[in-house]
Formats: sequence, structure tokens, C-alpha cells
Amino acid sequence: MKKLLSVSLIGLAVAAASSAQARDYDHVRIGVDVPYVPMEYRTAEGDLTGFDIDLGNAMCEEIGVTCEWIEQEWDGIIPGLLSRNYDAVMSSMTINDERRQQVLFSEPYITMPSAWFAASDLDIDEANEETLEGLTIGVQRGTLQDNYVTDNYGSVADISRYSTADDMVLDMDAQRLDIVFLDFPIGQSTLVENEDGDYVIVGEQITEPKEYFGDGFGIAFRQRDEALAEKFNEALATLKEDGTYDEIYTRYFGEE
Amino acid sequence: MPDISAWFNDLLSGNLIFTATTMGYYWTGLVTTTQLVFLSLVIGLVLAVPLAILRSSKRKWISLPVYLFTYVFRGTPLLVQLYIIYYGVVFFDGIQESVFWPIFREAFYPALIAFTLNTAAYTTEIFRGAIKATAKGEIEAARAYGMSQGLMMRRIIIPSAFRRALPAYGNEVIFMLHASAIASVVTLMDLTGAARYVYSRFYTPFEPFLFVALIYLCLTFAILFFFRFLEKKLLAHLKPQTP
Amino acid sequence: MLDLQGYGPRLIEGAGVTVQLAVLSLLLALVLGLFTATAKMSRHWLPHGIATVYTTLIRGVPDLVLMMLLFYGGQIGVNAISDILYYSYDIDIYINFNAFAAGVLTIGFIFGAYMGETFRGAFMAVDNGQIEAGKAYGMSGSLVFRRIRFPQMMRHALPGLSNNWMVLLKTTALVSVIGLTDMVRVAAEASRATHEPFVFLIPVAVAYLLIASVSEWIFARLQKRYDIGFGEQ
Repeated sequence: MKKLLSVSLIGLAVAAASSAQARDYDHVRIGVDVPYVPMEYRTAEGDLTGFDIDLGNAMCEEIGVTCEWIEQEWDGIIPGLLSRNYDAVMSSMTINDERRQQVLFSEPYITMPSAWFAASDLDIDEANEETLEGLTIGVQRGTLQDNYVTDNYGSVADISRYSTADDMVLDMDAQRLDIVFLDFPIGQSTLVENEDGDYVIVGEQITEPKEYFGDGFGIAFRQRDEALAEKFNEALATLKEDGTYDEIYTRYFGEE
Repeated sequence: MPDISAWFNDLLSGNLIFTATTMGYYWTGLVTTTQLVFLSLVIGLVLAVPLAILRSSKRKWISLPVYLFTYVFRGTPLLVQLYIIYYGVVFFDGIQESVFWPIFREAFYPALIAFTLNTAAYTTEIFRGAIKATAKGEIEAARAYGMSQGLMMRRIIIPSAFRRALPAYGNEVIFMLHASAIASVVTLMDLTGAARYVYSRFYTPFEPFLFVALIYLCLTFAILFFFRFLEKKLLAHLKPQTP
Repeated sequence: MLDLQGYGPRLIEGAGVTVQLAVLSLLLALVLGLFTATAKMSRHWLPHGIATVYTTLIRGVPDLVLMMLLFYGGQIGVNAISDILYYSYDIDIYINFNAFAAGVLTIGFIFGAYMGETFRGAFMAVDNGQIEAGKAYGMSGSLVFRRIRFPQMMRHALPGLSNNWMVLLKTTALVSVIGLTDMVRVAAEASRATHEPFVFLIPVAVAYLLIASVSEWIFARLQKRYDIGFGEQ
């Protein structure tokens, strides 16, 4: 079936091809899902910025290639990589086994815990099966947080799935959601530091079990682009040694 | 033979996508879609009949507001209507404290309201057309019988308009079924929502989207046959008489 | 006035995307529709069968599902092809299946089926005597088509075309769900960022009504043109 479909899609593909060229990577296109503050977002003037963006640009400079950032919805970010809409994904993507089957990851460049966030008047200390019972939980569709919540609390709570983290914040403000489960820094900056609402982190930051929370964020490449991934790994090591990495880290997360 | 059974076992064991869990999602999706479409059609129909009568009125100040309603709801995308109702309702002051909040809090009800108003607008126009097409002779006959305006509406115009409207209304039902696919945009887990979820979890578009496409296709055919059957029954008198 | 908290220019850009998308899809749909109508009227079973399956499938499945299937599936399909090329011939090509192309292809593909039905009905409505008269005049098949069948068919097809166009216009809103930045998407994004949905969504609704009214006017003019010689109907 797949074969047949792919063959019949040749016509479509050719029609949609805007250019066809050989690739030797003096120019790397990187897919990114914005906004995801403070990892990747646009300033009021429309400039792309964030931890991923700055680190990615520094790496490209180190390798000696030009980099172009291409925006892509999270839903389709891996298919977009596989279909060469871009050559890498650097978009707060957690390395885990499910994704390893599809893509090749760089070494992790940062480790981010996940966390629960809720309005301060929700009044629970810890998220578990009893406290979450009957609540409406917001997650971003297709994220590891979605998988974790679906598998562990899908039977006791209602799960609302959103396309973007912004949608979730809006429905938190609208009081449609009781609690959300997000990457910790994103919840911290969009909810806890949000002036309109009164939100707090619920319980501890979460990094276990590894089958869900993986080994930190990595840059994703197509399986066959091992050489490219290796270049990025080397660049990361260099940036960590010469202090550039720490400088970018402090810019977005302050002193450790 | 053993080759085939081994291949078949492989297929099943390597299959992450058609499992009991995902089937559960599709089932929930089917239930949500059916509820949403059925309820909005029933309420929309109940609203549309009086609206169509008002719309057919010769007095401008009665027909014009109804016309405006149908013009706006038929002239703009349902998605925009859904966004306005879903996001907009939150910004009425004090709605969160009111007794209606438990209703508007759920994504289901804003979606139901948007769908209902939309189908009511289309159905109103369908009925208006059918009312307008009432044969002059029928009305004259009713008048000659000394029927009052209301009685004539109830006994003659509405029943015959219902029959004439049937084929167009059947299309509207199918249209609503297909339009309901946007419910997943406001977090509802309808059939399309289930497919989107499975897609984003396994990165395989073909299996989930083809599967729900098939379900929609079956539903469409079921509706189609139901209306064919109804038409046959209700419009039997219009068929050419066989000698 | 058009600033709309800074989103004005992007909204107008989005409206441009909506119009471009709608017009290009319409053109594709018209071409596909003519093919489909011809195939459906064919006496040979193969084109007839293909056209029937095509129109039945399209009319049985929601636009959004087809769109997602073609958009997401299209990416994977393109991917499968270029993988085959890479592994068997060592050719590494980059094929960009962008959201705009996917939108035009899907909407055109969907409405091609509806247009096909409209055209078929319209072709059947053309009086056979007219065609025979054309042939009796010694006109060639293509000349009969150009001078007699097509203009007369258009007269019957216009109400249907106008209806399809209105539905198509509204269908373009769905591309915002698969990530294309049309005016609905900009408005939804702005509503989220500013928490003021009415400010952005109401102008978008008005824009749709405006486009619809302009098209209604154009179709009325066209109808007048093609009605020439048939008196007031």
C-alpha cells in the first residue's frame, strides 16, 4: 500500500518540487517550532532568538557553514526532516528511543526536566493519580509530555492536546485547564513569570523514567547524515571548552 | 503456507498502530463525532423551521434579520465561527463565575454552538427555498377550504416543503459530518482528533488518516442510503405512476 | 486603523495568501473538473470507473482529513521516493513539499471532483440538436466544442461553479490547521498573543464576506454574458 501510494505521489512531488539539487552541506537548514520561550521565539521586532537559536548559530559558525532556520509545526517536525524540508531539527527535542528509530541524534546539548504547572489556588502539592483525578490536563500534542501523561494518567484525568504551547497558556488563563505538563523552563517563563496569572510549579521537576524523559535535548538529523552529526558534536565540545556555551546558557537561564 | 502465516504474525507483532489502545481512541472519536453532528443537526433543524418561516415573511423587518444571520453564517468559514465562539466566550466578564461556565469550559459546547448555528443557517435557506416553491394550487386549495394562515402553514406548506427539502437536507447532513472534522482544532478528540494523535505519536500519516477516512466514508454512505430510503418513502407519490 | 496592534500588515499578507490559494486551487479544480466530466461521460469503462471512484471518495471523506493525508502523507511519500533514489542510484535530491503547494494541490484535487459533477450536468444540458447543427455545418469536433458545447455548457454550469467557488473559498481556511499562514492563522495567532480574539477574527470574517460579495458580483456579470441570446430567465 505504502509503495503504491508513494509511487502515485511522484506526480504530486514533482509538481511541488521548487528545486532539485545535490547537497553537500555548506548550508544547513534547521527546522524549529516557535514559539517555545525561552528556547526559541520571536522578539517583538520579529527576530528569531532563544537558547537553541543562539547555540545553533554558534555551532554553525564553529563548523564553518551557514545556517538557515525554518519554522515548522511540532506535529510534522520529524516528517519534515525526513522529507528534506530541512537538514536538522534543533527545537528542544528530547532524545528518546521512540525517536531514535526515526532520526539520528547528536550528543545531548542540554538537559531539561519537565514539570507540572497550575494556578496557585488549585492547591495540590504533588501530581499523582489521586490528585489529578477528574482534572483537565493540558499537553502539547505529540510531545513526550503528551505520551507520559496519556500513558500514566489517561484513565483518571481528561487530557486536552494543543498544537502550540501558546494555546495552552491561553486556555490556562481562560480557566479551561486545571493543570499543564511542560518542559520546565517553558512553563517557568510562560506561566510562572506571566504577569496576568498566578501560577506555580506543582511538585518537583521530573526527569524519570528515562523511557519517556530520555537523555536531554539533542539535534536530530536524518539517519544517513552521520558525518554532519559528527561535525555538530565536535562543535558542541569545542564551544563547551572555550566558554561560549556557558555564556549562552547564562544569557537565558542565569547563573547556575 | 508457513511463510504466509509467519509473515502475518510479523505484521501483527510489528504493528504499533492498530492496537487495543489506538482502537480505543478511534472509538472515543467516533462517539464524539456522532454526538456532535447528531446534536447540532437536531437543534439546528428545530431552529431552522421557525427561522425559515420568518425568512419567508413579506415584512422586511421580520425577514431581514434572519437573512443577515444566514448571510453571515453561510458566508464565513465554520473554522472562523468556531474560533470566535471558543476563544471569544471566555472574554465575557464574569463568565468564569457564572452558572454557564461548566458548560463553556468544556470544548464540546462551544463547538456544538458553532456547529448548530452554522447548520441552522444553511437549513433555514434550504427550507425557505422549499417553502417558496410550494405549488400555487395547493395554497389556493387550502384557502378555498377556508383554512387560516397558521393552519395552512401547519397542514399544507410545511409538510410539503419538508418533502421537497429532503434531498438538499441530506447533502447538508453529509456536509456537517465532514465539517465536524475541525473539532480537533479546539482540543476535541473526535475521529480526526484521534487520527492526529496517533499520527503525532507514531509519525505515520497513512494508517491513521486512511483508517478514519474509511470510517467517514462508511458514515457518509450510511447517511446517503438513509436519505434515499426516506425519499423513496416520502416522495413516493411524486413518482410517475405505473399503469 | 489597519494597524491592529501591529498585526495589520501580517493580516493583509494572510489575506493575500488566502486569495492566491483560492484562485490557484480554483484553476486546478476547473482543469480536473473538465477531465473528470469528460471521463464520466466516456463510454469506456476505465476512465468512467476512475472518475467515479475519484468523485465518490472525495465526496465521502472530510476535506480536512484529505488535506492532512496529502500534506503529511505527501511529505513521507516524497521522502520514500528520494530514499529509493539515494540508496539505489546514490542521487541525493531535495524536494520541497511546501505547505502552499500542498494546500493548492489538495483543495484543487477536492474541488475537481465537485467541478466534475457540475460540468457533467452542464454538458448533458446542452441541446443535442445544437451539436448536430454544428456538425452539419462541417465544423470539426474541436470547433464544435469551442464554439457550441463549451459556451452553452458554461451557461448551465455557472450557478454550480459559483456555488463551488464559495465553498472552496471557505475551505481555504482549513490550511491554517496544517500550518500555512493564511489570514485565519494570523488572526488565531494574534488572538492568542493578545488575548483579544474579536479584534482579529471579526475583520477576518468580514474579509470573507467581502470576497464572497465581490465574487457574487463577478458571477452575476458572467451569467449575464453567457445568457445572451436566451432572454430573461
